[in-house]
Amino acid sequence: MDTNDYIVQVQDLYYRYDKENVLENINLSIKKGSFLAIVGPNGSGKSTLLKLMLGLIKPQQGLIRLFGQDINKFKEQHKIGFVSQKANSFNTGFPATVFEVVASGLTKKLGLFNFLRKTDHVKIKQAIESVGMGKFLDRNIGELSGGQQQRVFIARALVSEPELLILDEPTVGVDVQNVNSFYGMLETLNKEKGITLLLVTHDIGTISEKVTNVACLNKNMHFHGSAEEFEQLKINDVSEIYGHDVHVLTHDHHHHGGGHLHD
Amino acid sequence: MISGLLQYEFLQNAFLTGMIIGVIAPLLGVFIVVRRLSLIADALSHVTLAGIAASLLLEKKFMIFSGLNPLYMGMAFSVGGSLFIEKLRTVYKHYQELAIPIILSGGIGLGVIFISLADGFNTDLFSYLFGSVSAVSRADLWTILIISILVIALVVLLYKELFLLSFDEEYARATGIAAKTLHFIFIIMVALVIAASMRIVGILLVSSLMTLPVAASIRFAKGFKQTIFFSILFGEVSVLGGLFLSYYLDLAPGGTIVMIAVLILVLAIWLKKRAATRSI
Repeated sequence: MDTNDYIVQVQDLYYRYDKENVLENINLSIKKGSFLAIVGPNGSGKSTLLKLMLGLIKPQQGLIRLFGQDINKFKEQHKIGFVSQKANSFNTGFPATVFEVVASGLTKKLGLFNFLRKTDHVKIKQAIESVGMGKFLDRNIGELSGGQQQRVFIARALVSEPELLILDEPTVGVDVQNVNSFYGMLETLNKEKGITLLLVTHDIGTISEKVTNVACLNKNMHFHGSAEEFEQLKINDVSEIYGHDVHVLTHDHHHHGGGHLHD
Repeated sequence: MISGLLQYEFLQNAFLTGMIIGVIAPLLGVFIVVRRLSLIADALSHVTLAGIAASLLLEKKFMIFSGLNPLYMGMAFSVGGSLFIEKLRTVYKHYQELAIPIILSGGIGLGVIFISLADGFNTDLFSYLFGSVSAVSRADLWTILIISILVIALVVLLYKELFLLSFDEEYARATGIAAKTLHFIFIIMVALVIAASMRIVGILLVSSLMTLPVAASIRFAKGFKQTIFFSILFGEVSVLGGLFLSYYLDLAPGGTIVMIAVLILVLAIWLKKRAATRSI
């Protein structure tokens, strides 16, 4: 296996919190150009796994490699774009325009004591256009809808031209009608711009048709394979994967593409 | 007053100092307000009081300290207090706001003890509490000028990092910004600006100069840079207007400055409301 083909490699990873295992024996690899969805119920350790990959917390055991490099030595954070669950890390009364928010995505790449150049202004505007928010350049971020804000945050992640884009539950707070066009936008980014995508969600139904790979997580990694393989699993297998009683709810197909997983 | 400005050094000192703090207090205030740290300014100003009382006490009891400018010790206490707040915030991870009342009451307690040890002070202390036009010396002016140059330079150079830290701390950390170091630099700047501003507006009113102009501009400003611009504008109008009025009407400058800032705030809220109802 050539390590250069893999953007993320996780080996035998354990993470404990308050003496309890949050993650056990996790193995995961993300190939360049793929679109991976990590699915799992609430409390399954999805967000923890993301935090570990971003280096925000450290595992007690195991290895994480980013772009072939050990995470502790990894210095090219600008190669990774991150869109968090907007609700918990953002003050909607903050007086910043869409342009200013997206510009802040260049902070690390520009480096200390450097200012925005003209070429950066062009890049910022392009990133805003690419998520369909060109009309809102000078709007305050708090005046936008949840879905629009989420697009702005994706533009912020895109502006530093990352090779890997990580999204944590990006459709929370996005109204149902807009979820499909949102996933469509992600597909375009993946196929046309060649950005590797990692999406964390509890929304199994909608994503399996858009992504290339699926990983099912619930403390352990219960499944890790291609989207086709995942499709072939029956609903019963899915609940088995999750290790406990799971209901796969099917919503009205008029306004929703598939099912939700609840625990 | 113009002739007075040309004639009296103390008036020049007060006006120049006022113009400087009218810029730096709201400038840092914008970051303080959007990071929801408004009360930190209050806590640190009370710690500054303890430093000033300590300095006045030393001056009274020991001849060697007779020439010591209380501003320096006030600054030292303020910076020390800011470090304590940071320490307490890590100790009480889930009750971070607890650090503020602890430091605030600690500052007052210490200050009161120093004052009682000195068997009370003369009017000097009063001028520190409520600000004074005549109390600003040339040495104060120079100290404050140096601090403000340092603060403005740091804010300009670290602008994008400070913006990101304020807007989205988690994201800042995720992208590899040294959030801890940056916050440390920020809180020390706040401590210095508070100590610098208290000469004119007084310890009890310092925090208002950092928060009121921001509270007004946040009502209608588009974007962060505009918020900074209007905050500084309102800060300047309050300070200069307050100094003029207090000189002519013989009022306490600190109180007059703050009341003008309050007036601007009320106007901003009212105008915004009117604009909102009209657009419907």
